[in-house]
Amino acid sequence: MVTRVGVEVSIAVADAVRLANPDVIAAYPITPQTHIVEHLAELVANGELDAEYIPVESEHSAMSACLGAAASGARTFTATASQGLALMNEVVYVAAPMRLPIVMVVANRALSAPLSIWCDHSDLMSVRDTGWIQIVTENGQQAVDNTIIAFRIGEDPRVLLPVMVHLDGFNLTHVIEPIIFPEQAEVDKFLPKNRFPLPLNPDRPVAMGDFAPPAIFTEAKWAQEVNLRNSKKVIMEAWNDFNKTFGRQYLPVEKYHSDGAKVLLMTMGSSGETASVAIDELRAEGMDVGQIRLRLWRPFPLEELREAVKDADVLIVMDRAISYGGPGGPVASEVKSAFYNQPKKPKVVSFVISLGGRDTTVSAFKDIVRKGIEIADRGSKNEYEIYGVRE
Amino acid sequence: MAKSESEMTWKDLEIGCIVTEPGSARQYESGTWRSQRPTYDFTRCIKCGLCALYCPEGCIGPNKDGHFEADLFYCKGCGVCARECWPQVIKMVEEVE
Repeated sequence: MVTRVGVEVSIAVADAVRLANPDVIAAYPITPQTHIVEHLAELVANGELDAEYIPVESEHSAMSACLGAAASGARTFTATASQGLALMNEVVYVAAPMRLPIVMVVANRALSAPLSIWCDHSDLMSVRDTGWIQIVTENGQQAVDNTIIAFRIGEDPRVLLPVMVHLDGFNLTHVIEPIIFPEQAEVDKFLPKNRFPLPLNPDRPVAMGDFAPPAIFTEAKWAQEVNLRNSKKVIMEAWNDFNKTFGRQYLPVEKYHSDGAKVLLMTMGSSGETASVAIDELRAEGMDVGQIRLRLWRPFPLEELREAVKDADVLIVMDRAISYGGPGGPVASEVKSAFYNQPKKPKVVSFVISLGGRDTTVSAFKDIVRKGIEIADRGSKNEYEIYGVRE
Repeated sequence: MAKSESEMTWKDLEIGCIVTEPGSARQYESGTWRSQRPTYDFTRCIKCGLCALYCPEGCIGPNKDGHFEADLFYCKGCGVCARECWPQVIKMVEEVE
């Protein structure tokens, strides 16, 4: 019998971390991530979680402590958002090439200025090229499940990479959702112990994060790239195994009425569910429209995307960030790159929506689909559209 | 280490470029940075070793005659030794092909 518990998603994510039984948590609180680390601190203080909780003085220190912990072979967790992610940026880059399997939950929030505590994906885009595996979730259940799955993927000896699990700040972190918590015994079976191959050990000293001269730097970077690309196989394996035990399937590109549809709306993050309602309503009105949702941001699922879009003539891509002075939406840029050299490609229309916490409603998504079709048909003088801006 | 750094492929690197043996920095030929090299008039050398103390690379030691001389595999040609050598044994000259 499956039990759903009504719980704030941040608390649920912290409980998912507890189920994964980490050894070290180093974190600094920042809105809208605070409830996650606050609850973890509480669990440790109450003796409900046997882990070392390091209350660091900044996010830069949080990630530095995580590097050290992971290097010693400890199962390591942290969480942050926005300015915190920006402050730790230097160290975030170090984790992947050092092959340290840290799990970090990011409660997506706009970057300053102007100051905003609300959700968009500008923080997510600021760490695009850090080499981390990045999973973007759409609801509380996905955030809970993928927090557990992230440890399994990252610590797999074939992967050994840090993993970010993105969930939208406030839109997900602060809402109460019905959550199915996996049983501890089943999580233990799904998640083997961490087996970091060369942990720090005084009896067998090694040097980590050392200097690489020009003679090997390119080789080191290529090793990092091949490793991240190859991780997709293990990600799929973990998602499939998770489905076998827990009955919830995740895919790099998830489809919603997309097969055969001539017009597709593409979303990433929590706005996907609102968009799905819009798709339902448009289909009920007789429009041939479907939706795809990007679940895996890095490694980018090029083949899966091309397969999911093969029948479509128009692909309308949603972004919650701007690449200033550039082509507009970062997700749309990736999508355009994915299709540019393909013999058959859809017209890609890029929309920037929901910056700094502005809601994009069901009726707005319906409007976006209609406008997107019109732009695909007649063209636009703009590289991208910024939806709802007052001009 | 079986292969030198310039022969290694990406597959030969340890996970995360972890260095498992001590002394790997010895393979790094920092002498390729040099644009000037030290030359010596050892008849003036009093074997005081000041040049070795000042050498930021730590690449100066006594040769078989006990005179102090830089190991050109590592010497970056900074000229600190020539500046500090008060008997004026050392003179920097341009590296030419």
